Amino acid sequence: MTTAPHSHSSNGHRTASDFDTQQSLARETTEGTVYNVSGGDWDEIAAAAVKSDDERIIVNMGPQHPSTHGVLRLILEIDGETVTEARCGIGYLHTGIEKNLEFRTWTQGTTFVTRMDYLTPFFNETAYCLAVEKLLGITGDIPDRASVIRVLLMELNRLSSHLVCIATGGMELGATTIMIYGFRDRELILDIYELITGLRMNHAYIRPGGLAQDLPPGAVDQVREFVKKMRKNLGEYDKLATGNPVFKGRMEGIGYLDLAGCMATGATGPIVRAAGLPHDLRKSQPYCGYEDYDFEVPTADTCDAYGRFLIRLEEMRQSLRIVEQCLDRLAPGPVMVADKKIAWPAQLALGPDGLGNSLDHIKKIMGTSMEALIHHFKLVTEGFRVPPGQTYAAVESPKGELGVHAVSDGGTRPYRVHFRDPSFTNLQAMAAMCEGGQVADVIVAVASIDPVMGGVDR
Amino acid sequence: MSEQKNPEGPGEPAGQSGQNGQEEAVPAQREDTGEVIGTRRGMFGADNGGDTTGYGGLVRTVRLPGASSRPYGGPDASEGYGEFDEIADELEGALDEQGLVPENVIEKTVVDRAELTFHIERGALPAVARILRDDPALRFELCTGVSGVHFPGDTGRELHAVYHLRSITHNRLVRLEVSAPDADPHLPSLVEVYPTNDWHERETYDFFGIVFDGHPALTRIMMPDDWQGFPQRKDYPLGGIPVEYKGAQIPAPDQRRSYS
Repeated sequence: MTTAPHSHSSNGHRTASDFDTQQSLARETTEGTVYNVSGGDWDEIAAAAVKSDDERIIVNMGPQHPSTHGVLRLILEIDGETVTEARCGIGYLHTGIEKNLEFRTWTQGTTFVTRMDYLTPFFNETAYCLAVEKLLGITGDIPDRASVIRVLLMELNRLSSHLVCIATGGMELGATTIMIYGFRDRELILDIYELITGLRMNHAYIRPGGLAQDLPPGAVDQVREFVKKMRKNLGEYDKLATGNPVFKGRMEGIGYLDLAGCMATGATGPIVRAAGLPHDLRKSQPYCGYEDYDFEVPTADTCDAYGRFLIRLEEMRQSLRIVEQCLDRLAPGPVMVADKKIAWPAQLALGPDGLGNSLDHIKKIMGTSMEALIHHFKLVTEGFRVPPGQTYAAVESPKGELGVHAVSDGGTRPYRVHFRDPSFTNLQAMAAMCEGGQVADVIVAVASIDPVMGGVDR
Repeated sequence: MSEQKNPEGPGEPAGQSGQNGQEEAVPAQREDTGEVIGTRRGMFGADNGGDTTGYGGLVRTVRLPGASSRPYGGPDASEGYGEFDEIADELEGALDEQGLVPENVIEKTVVDRAELTFHIERGALPAVARILRDDPALRFELCTGVSGVHFPGDTGRELHAVYHLRSITHNRLVRLEVSAPDADPHLPSLVEVYPTNDWHERETYDFFGIVFDGHPALTRIMMPDDWQGFPQRKDYPLGGIPVEYKGAQIPAPDQRRSYS
């Protein structure tokens, strides 16, 4: 833009046309001052607008913001409505779980890891227990019933995690009905958790070697009831959102990340499946007997938030299929390895004051068997020793590859446990998804990543 | 490991020790005796005299699984030539092509619990990662990040960084391990090869103080920016809890009497 001469302003004839952004030339004639106002080149004006810093601001979204999924801090450099740069600030929920694990026994570790990604507690527990079992070399000794119940709980957990993702994601778009539906259905699943483990979250139910206890009476019936109900309810999400033009308008083409981007940023789970790659550890590296279940891995080729939504919806249907197969597969049997040096003496029973050691067990160890008492005491306070070495166990959590790197030095406590949390890795893709887009689309993109800060920060 | 004087714990391979004249009865070891990462005294691991069991004189050497010899087998724990040998052959061949000597680059190869680990000389890490990613027969597209481990007893290689690489094409997993001494905690960054390691390396720096040379912006990620020290190192001091009873204090977790 050629700078408009400012000299004419000095004569007092300052007019509305005397703006920097306009071409105004003044000429003195016999009739007075004549202004020539001509339009500039639009490109030059746009370039000048970028150069002037008026519209360019840095916004800190979060760490306390209702639409950032917890304490995620988004640092956005925005130019008008366009995001030119986006960065994440994390660490606001860092609780040092990995360090804490090093000062507790291997069994007590489940109580910590279940709190990492608090929406996927059973996946954290299973991944951790698979790693411990691999270190112990007892992977093949886990009873079938324990594995089936693990799969059952993981698939229910996949449903509840996806429901929260869709519910909160919808709420952030303003679709509060989806939120109500999602939390309504999640409540049904939390009721099942409560029946089986006694808690709605932070279960510590899956233990190295098997499970803390068997399914309580009535659990199978309640799960069957739930599957029936959920099949009906899942259709409502389709009706409400899948074809909804407003919903599609907000989601389609937003948060774009293609396969090359996924591989570079390490994104897994629904993000990579929305880029068309049917990568699912349940199929490629089966654990807990997933190779025996009949299910499909849905993919989409849209690479966007809408594709991820559709994949989550379809994965919930597949999870229901697996849950049903689990129920059919449940055969009576033990839920803990036979090795009494590893199996925690967790003969739990529900008493009038809540869940605790069963009275029969207490009567035995306190009244009849000194050796059983010593064994109980040693195993609970000291724990079991794990041969030195390291291992990596990974499960397909609802968010992607949840990996556990566990190192033992032969002691009764973990030497080092590192969680490769999918939320942490996937969140790195946020910048690639958001830069160049609109501010409103950042919310959609972040919601489609589905990060849970408990898992990101650990 | 000749300085070892005491019987090893159960489950470990019998060493060459044997003060009781049983050298001939013990079969010769197929693998080396592993990497000694520390010595443990007494029954409770507490070094401050908390052991009242009478086992205070017990000394045990802690060692990680040592180098394996060919054939490496495969993830199904099979004997004989397997998938792991294919990976090793391919990697060694590719290193040769690039003018690197495999024996210098790969310090040792460990097969333990049906998992393959290459211990890599730290300077060669980016080259090895690039080969593993790009070679059509290897194609480890996905890096699942870095995990640091601190072995204060492993003199000269106290800080370990462990990378797990996953090949979706061939459905394989391989582990790379590099080490750096406490005195010179530098490792080359892998962000150029695997951009996903950006945050992972920041996290490892934050907790272990491993400096990844070549990282675009190596700053703390979890801890506050002005934090002092690296919390996940084993020698990081932990705080005790003052109790309001006659000035007593509950010792820090690493100072307590505990089993180990």
